Amino acid sequence: MSVQSETITPQAPAADPLVADEALRPAFFDWLCRMGDNTVVLGHRISEWCGHGPVLEEDIALANTALDLIGHTQMWLGLAGEVEGRGRSADDLAFLRDAYRFRNAKLVELPNGDMAVTLMREFLFDAWHFEMLTALTRSASARVAEIAAKALKEVSYHLERSSDLVVRLGDGSAESHARMQEALDRLWSYAGELFTADATDDAMAAAGIAPSLADLLAQWQRTVDEVLEEATLRKPEGRFDVHQGGKQGRHTEHLGYILAEMQFLQRAYPGASW
Amino acid sequence: MPDTLPSTDQVWDWLGEVPDPEIPVVSVTELGIVREIRWEGDLLVVAVTPTYSGCPATAVIDLAIESHLRGKGLEKLRLERRLSPPWTTDWVSDAARDKLRAYGIAPPVDGTASDGRTASRAARIAGRSNLAIACPRCGSTHTERISQFGSTPCKASYRCRDCLEPFDYFKCH
Repeated sequence: MSVQSETITPQAPAADPLVADEALRPAFFDWLCRMGDNTVVLGHRISEWCGHGPVLEEDIALANTALDLIGHTQMWLGLAGEVEGRGRSADDLAFLRDAYRFRNAKLVELPNGDMAVTLMREFLFDAWHFEMLTALTRSASARVAEIAAKALKEVSYHLERSSDLVVRLGDGSAESHARMQEALDRLWSYAGELFTADATDDAMAAAGIAPSLADLLAQWQRTVDEVLEEATLRKPEGRFDVHQGGKQGRHTEHLGYILAEMQFLQRAYPGASW
Repeated sequence: MPDTLPSTDQVWDWLGEVPDPEIPVVSVTELGIVREIRWEGDLLVVAVTPTYSGCPATAVIDLAIESHLRGKGLEKLRLERRLSPPWTTDWVSDAARDKLRAYGIAPPVDGTASDGRTASRAARIAGRSNLAIACPRCGSTHTERISQFGSTPCKASYRCRDCLEPFDYFKCH
């Protein structure tokens, strides 16, 4: 008999009445799409570095991070499809929705730029993602909580890596410092969308499924302040919540190009599989 | 279909013969990813958990489990994905750790998992101290981390400063 049969306690799959709650359905579906669209769009963006990283280790690290995010997407959009109850799979949602149906924040669809932009964007997102998932492990929805617990283990090292690199490059050479500062200045006004609540966020918070976004902000700011200080980078003085609308489906022109590449195969050859 | 249903212990033993596709020296049960085996009437249910949520080997592992059990004469079976509680390297068995080392992969060492709270400073200090991750080739603990990421999602890249060989570390998760 194997070790595992003795040490692992069998546990039934999480039962979750909220998944079938009709009153919650529109907001719950919308919110799950936000989670899954953030991870699929950022995952796709980061995967664009595959084969183009500045050094082999960074190339592998970026590809691994992208893979984690795509894995999270399968869980979030898979659950979104269940909640919606129309038989759509995670693949259907990722590959067959148009840009205006996507619910990701604008931050994640921006082009990669140089490594400074890519890493700074990852850091700003990871710091939010980490706080969000930490709070979601206590979600009233057992299904959401188990996805969060799984994803959090991976996002923990995403945050560790991106914050580490922000410090090393910010507090690095004159060239790397200047590029990191420029990246921060460019991205800053997009970060606040992750913390701007609308009716969907309010409904999820009221149902105990997701935290109040305002509650996540203080810890995010602490993490950002600490890392930027150590990186000798200057926090921009302007507002961080200028760019809004991605979560409601109003995107930059960049998302369409991502989807054109990401969705091409399923659009051109519907139902293709291997 | 056999005349009598095999015991779940028998099925555990059979799954002990299914190698991990990426690290074939260890089995799927030794990795701790088979979480439950149960009978629902004459239907066998096997609950499998992913190591990393985006691990591309997941589908291959499911296929390997299914075809191995079908080869044992089981026809009615269902694989179930189990997310909770999330997989941890704590479930990698002692026997598997020895096999990993012999295969050239340093097995996971407690306390090297990221927790996100140790961001930057602490992480870099930990990255330098290396918590005695021994080179699987010469046993030296005089090693350094090259990258938190490696050839598969579950591994990090290390280098031995004594025998100078690079090696994979099955990172704590």
